[in-house]
Formats: sequence, C-alpha cells, structure tokens
Amino acid sequence: MQAITREVLTAKAAALLSDGTVDRVLGWKKGEFGYDVTPGVFIDAQQIEKDFEWGDFCAPNLSKYLLAETKKTGAKVLVFLKPCDTYSFNQLLTEHRFDREKVYVVGIPCEGMLSENLIKAKAEGIASVTDNGDTVTIATLYDGDITVPRNELLPDRCINCKSKKHVAYDELLGDEGEVIDSARFDEVERIEKMTPDERFEFWQGELSRCIRCNACRDVCPACTCEKCVFDNPKSGIESKAPSDSFEEKMFHIIRAFHVAGRCTDCGECSRVCPQNIPLHLLNRKFIKDFDDLYGEYQAGEEVGSRAPLVNFDFDDAEPAEAMERGEGDA
Amino acid sequence: MRKIAITKLNDLFAAIAAQQSLYLPVDTAAGAKFEQWSDGVQLSDALNTVRSPKDFFFPQSEDLMKFKTEGKKIEIIDIRDEHEDFVIFGVRACDVRAFAVLDNVFLSDPVDTYYKNRRDHGVIMSMACNKPVETCFCGTFDIDAADPEGDIVCHKTDDALYLDAKTDKGAALLESLSAITEDCDNSAVEAQKSLIKERLSKLPLATLTKDAFGEDKTQKYFDAPEWKELSEACLGCGTCTFVCPTCQCYDIRDLDNGREVLRYRCWDSCMYSEFTKMSAGQPRLTQVERFRQRFMHKLVYYPERYGGLFSCVGCGRCLAKCPIRMNIVKVMKKLGGND
Amino acid sequence: MQVNEYRPLIVAFCCNWCSYAGADLAGSNRLAYSADVKIIRVPCSCRVNPMFILRAFQRGADGVIICGCHPGDCHYTSGNYYARRRMTALFSMLDYLGIERERTRLEWVSAAEGAKFAATMNDFAEKVAALGENKRLEDLRCKR
Repeated sequence: MQAITREVLTAKAAALLSDGTVDRVLGWKKGEFGYDVTPGVFIDAQQIEKDFEWGDFCAPNLSKYLLAETKKTGAKVLVFLKPCDTYSFNQLLTEHRFDREKVYVVGIPCEGMLSENLIKAKAEGIASVTDNGDTVTIATLYDGDITVPRNELLPDRCINCKSKKHVAYDELLGDEGEVIDSARFDEVERIEKMTPDERFEFWQGELSRCIRCNACRDVCPACTCEKCVFDNPKSGIESKAPSDSFEEKMFHIIRAFHVAGRCTDCGECSRVCPQNIPLHLLNRKFIKDFDDLYGEYQAGEEVGSRAPLVNFDFDDAEPAEAMERGEGDA
Repeated sequence: MRKIAITKLNDLFAAIAAQQSLYLPVDTAAGAKFEQWSDGVQLSDALNTVRSPKDFFFPQSEDLMKFKTEGKKIEIIDIRDEHEDFVIFGVRACDVRAFAVLDNVFLSDPVDTYYKNRRDHGVIMSMACNKPVETCFCGTFDIDAADPEGDIVCHKTDDALYLDAKTDKGAALLESLSAITEDCDNSAVEAQKSLIKERLSKLPLATLTKDAFGEDKTQKYFDAPEWKELSEACLGCGTCTFVCPTCQCYDIRDLDNGREVLRYRCWDSCMYSEFTKMSAGQPRLTQVERFRQRFMHKLVYYPERYGGLFSCVGCGRCLAKCPIRMNIVKVMKKLGGND
Repeated sequence: MQVNEYRPLIVAFCCNWCSYAGADLAGSNRLAYSADVKIIRVPCSCRVNPMFILRAFQRGADGVIICGCHPGDCHYTSGNYYARRRMTALFSMLDYLGIERERTRLEWVSAAEGAKFAATMNDFAEKVAALGENKRLEDLRCKR
C-alpha cells in the first residue's frame, strides 16, 4: 500500500493550481480496470477530482513527458515524481533537455509498484485488485478472491529498489527515504558466471522474442534523441523488423550502449516490453562494469555529474584486463 | 459433430500432425505462443497468445524476391515456393474474424500472392472461449466467443473436445480423424455455449457498443478535439500495431549484401514517425495525427471501405500491452460520448 | 567446383596518425602479415562507433580489431582514452551476450611499431581463425 493517499495528491494539485503556482498537472489517469493507468495532463480541479489516480499501478515515469510539456507556453507544470523518477529527472537536466524553471516537482514516496504481468500470472480474469498492506487480494472473474503476499507481485525493479530517496523536488509529500544497498546486480552476476555458450543461449532466447515495437526506446527517459539512429533511413541501419536475429541483437546492444552511463536504472524498458524481455539486465551490466572499473556512479544522483563514458583516467583498465576481472576467483 | 475425450487430446494432435504441420498455443516463460506440435508439446490453458496468429499468413518479415545485377543486366530471382499445408489449432473467435479482416485487404484485387499462398494452405481449428477475461470485448464487434467461425469449430468441456466442421477444408480434415473421434449430438456444446454467453454478458466491457462508429463518420470525428487529449501520452511505439491481429500495414525494403539484393517486406506501424515517409516527409506530422489514423482506420475508414466490417476484433491485446495503457476502448468511450 | 579453404575476414580500424602509419611501416619494411586483415582508416580510435563494429560483424567479419595511438600519444590529446572506455564497455557487453571475446581486440600501435603491427595482426588472425566462422553475430542474409 502506498504511504500517502490519492486525496493528499489531489488536494496538493488543486491548491497549487488555485494559487497560480502551476497551470497544469502531470499525473496519472484512471483506466477501465483499476490497473490500466495512463499518464495525462490535468488543467482543473474538477478534472483532477474525476480522473486523477494514485496507487499501486502508477508505474509510468513521468519525467520524460516534461520534454514536451515544458515547451508549451504558460506557467509552470506540476509533476509528481516517485524516488526513482527523480533520478531520470536529474539526468534529463544534466543533459539540458528542459528548463528546470518551468517545472514544479512534488516528490511522493513509493512502496513499489505492482506488476500487471505478475498479477495476471496468478489469476486469469481480474475483477479488481486490493492492496491490504502486506498482502494483495485479487478478485477474479471465475476463481473467487486470491490473496497473495504483496512482494510476490513486485517487479524486479521494485524488489531491488535502489533508492527511496528523492534526489530532486520542490516539495516533498510524506517522509523522505534512504538510498538502498540493493541486490540489483545479483542477476547480472549470475549471468556473468555462466559459460559463454550458456550466456549466448540465454540472450538469444530472450532477444529472439523482440518484435521491434520500440516501446523500450520510446519509454526510456534517457532516449531523448530528436531522431533515433534506428529511425533514420540515412543511417544505413534503420530497421523496422527483426528480419534476421542479428538485427534485434544490434538494436539492443546499441540502444543499451547509447544510454550507458546515462541510464538511471529506472526499469521502464522491462516494464513496457510486450514480450517480457529483461532489458534492464543489459543496462545493469554497463552500470556494474562502470562501478567496478571507474568507481561507483549513479546517473541522475546529482545534476551536472560527468558520466563514465564522457570521462577518463590515465590509468583506466585495458579491455582485455577488464574482461579478465574476477576470473581467478570464479 | 464429433468428439474426443480430453485425455486423448494428444492422440488427436498426433493424428493431425501425421498429415500436416500442426501449430497450437503453448505456454512459454513470456506467455502463450503458437508453436509447432511434436510429441510432448502441451496445449496451453491460457485464454490467448501474446502475439496474434496473423503471423501465419502475414509474417512480421517476409522475403519477396532477389535481384542480381551484372553490368546492365538485372536478373530477378523468384523465391516463392508453394507453401505446405498446415493446421492452426486453438484460434479464438476474435482472431478468426481477424483473418476475414486481412482477407479483405490482401485477397481483393490485386491479390497478394504471398498472403494467398499461405492462406490457401492453412486450416483453422477455432476454439470457443470458456473463460473470457476483463479485457475481452469481441461482442462489441458482433463476434461470438461462444461460437467462433473457422474451418473446424472446437468446444472444450471438462471431459471432452467437440469438433464441428464448417467448411469443406474442415470437413476433409475431420473426416480423416474419424478413427479417433466419435459421433455425438450437440447437447453438451449447447450447454457450454450458454455458459459462455452468460459469462460474456458479465464482462466489464460487455456494454461497449460500436454504434457511434462505422461508415460516414469521418466528418464527425476527424477534427474532434478529443484526439489531442487521447494521444498526449502516446509514446509513438508500435506495440499496439504489432500485437494487433488485424493491423496490416507493411513496408518494402531492399537489403544489398554486395552480391545480390534481397527485397523483403516487414510490418510497419502508423504510430512510427517514419511511416510512409516520402520525399516531402511524413504526411502525419505529429503523434496526434498518427494516433488518430490508427483508430479512425479501425473504426471508420475500414468499415466504410469494406461494407461495415470493423477492423477491430476486440481481442484486448492492445489493452494489455500498451506501455501507457491507452487503447481503443478508451478512445471509443471518449469519442462515443459515454466516457 | 572449387572448394575454398576457410579464411577468416578481419577488419582492423586503424587511427590515421599512429596505427595506420604503423601498417605502412610494416609494409615498407616488407614485414609479412595476414592477408585476411582488411584495414579501415579512421581519423582517431575514438571515431570508432560501436555500430561500426557490429556492422562489420553483420557484413561478414569474423574478428574486429581497433588500433590507436598509445595512451598519452593521441594526436587529439585524449581520443584514445575515450576509445578505451568505450571499447571496454562494448567488448564486455559482447562477452556478456556470449560472443567469443577473442573476436574483438583493442591494441595500441605507434607509427614506429611496424613490427608490432605485423605481429599483432598475425596473432589476432591466428586466434580468430582458430575460433572459426563468426556464428553468433552473423546476419544470414549477408553470408557469403
């Protein structure tokens, strides 16, 4: 269950609208089934009262929408950001992607967002989902109510949450959290320990499901190029379909590389993948390598920080040395 | 009508597979998926596959032809082969209707021979939906999940699978299975149908209607102010189009590997900024127009062109897979005025 | 029909100022190195985009080697330091995906090191030849 209620958010939004601090609100809109929440812009208190949603399914990271929203004329826009969203927010500021002055950030605590996929894996035909705190009750269409521990419905990114601390806000609702020493690299390590054949098998299996819908790219707050190289007919690598298994590998390697050092590990890519490919494991590999080789670095922690790939040391490891790391104790 | 005990399903599959390739929904780590049956492969219990079965007739990527050039001579290499016969088992009512939607496009003059080649060789064994879920709204488009279309229509109960041939193709296949199936009356199937109908009537989207849409509605909706708000969160990805059983837009491209040129076609999405890009650019400049195009096509243009048939079949895949959960139901409710 | 013995295809991206000159020196000193190596000259090792490497594999390369000036000797002051980090990240990612790590390499070769250039290329060509055809990053449509 989320620590603060929808009413606190709607009251805050209404107050900031009425005192003129902001003239629109970026938040989440109610859906048909309770779990299908859509990001949206609200312009008045009435609309907020009717459609605004806050709860276990407000997973979409709103920071990328600020690119378009801040280009509009008018007063500031109010945005609600969860702790992990604030890292993306800072990273976008680091890259000068929008004007900070045009945004009013309200930080909200987050207890982890439930995964629709995991819920649907437990039950077919969902009437409603109720969060009881430690457990969640899923009312189903045919099998009655199913109650499961809440943490069984959390996606990897929330189980291994890296921080409950907001790194950017104008105002904070609820209590501030801490940076967490999470186990988010365990899965990467598990893959690293496989033999090359096993690793190839694993990734070939995962990536071969890719349908090239580009959802991972389009949702990614680090992917903000005006024109993606994969959409550019002049790039020579534009591709619209996985015509050969090479193409999906190329797409995902290059995409991960393009956001390497800038990826805040928000996990949106894996959330939106219609084929459930664990794309965050590619990004985390880069993060883990950079932490190991060049010192710990968290993208978005601080505005203006210099990402590992636009930095260097005279005595950086050579690729061959880097690859042999940890081989002795494996 | 014929029936076979549920415990003998694998015998049925083996008998079909002995004649031609058989594809059916199989559970994988990433949801149900159509896969070729071989001994040991289990039929999925999931309501539907993550990807639609349109791939069987209109694959995501398909080679069309090859060229070789030598000086000024161009040699065209036809790589078409007669497709082998195959059976798709367990296609849901919505997805069967989707084939009719695709047929209108690909089989009307000029006939798409690549599509026709596959279509002619496929036998569809449809399956009624015993447990439709909350994202289902096929009824909105006059599709009956209790009584699907298809070459052979199947109903599954706790103890038996009932098979009813509806076409010559289906009858021929069912005839060949007479040794392992037995004759039966339709009482069990009728009971199953009424159970399903009752379940369908209780679905959350059961009351959604298409009445506000269809032919002659272009003027009414084209400049509707709601498009802006509806599309504001759209990421411009192609998830909805690629999981959709009826989306049929494609792009044709050439791959030059230095020795020969391969011409292939692949799915394209009207949601993409590069869709139908010409020398003057993309005709739909922003996501608002692209978004509008997709839904207008499903709900207005297609019915206008093909005698009132809608090109949404209510399978609910886009409802489940859109990254921001914007979808045709929300569009219909907003535009249709019962928001 | 003539049956060709398998020869690997190796693409070497060489920086204009050091490694390409090193290759030149190897040539003018008549030092033999593997004919499987095809050199592509780039202004600096940091000009090499990961895409170049993947495209080389797509188009049939069995191994890709990047050669630049020694650290500290970059003609653009720091290009090779950036290249080092990028290639470290990329090679490690390829390794993570199960692609044989011997297929990629980064080497520093100066304009005076003709012998090192030849030896490096011979060694790399030999290692790649031992691995055989690149199967894991191949594009079947581009196969010879």
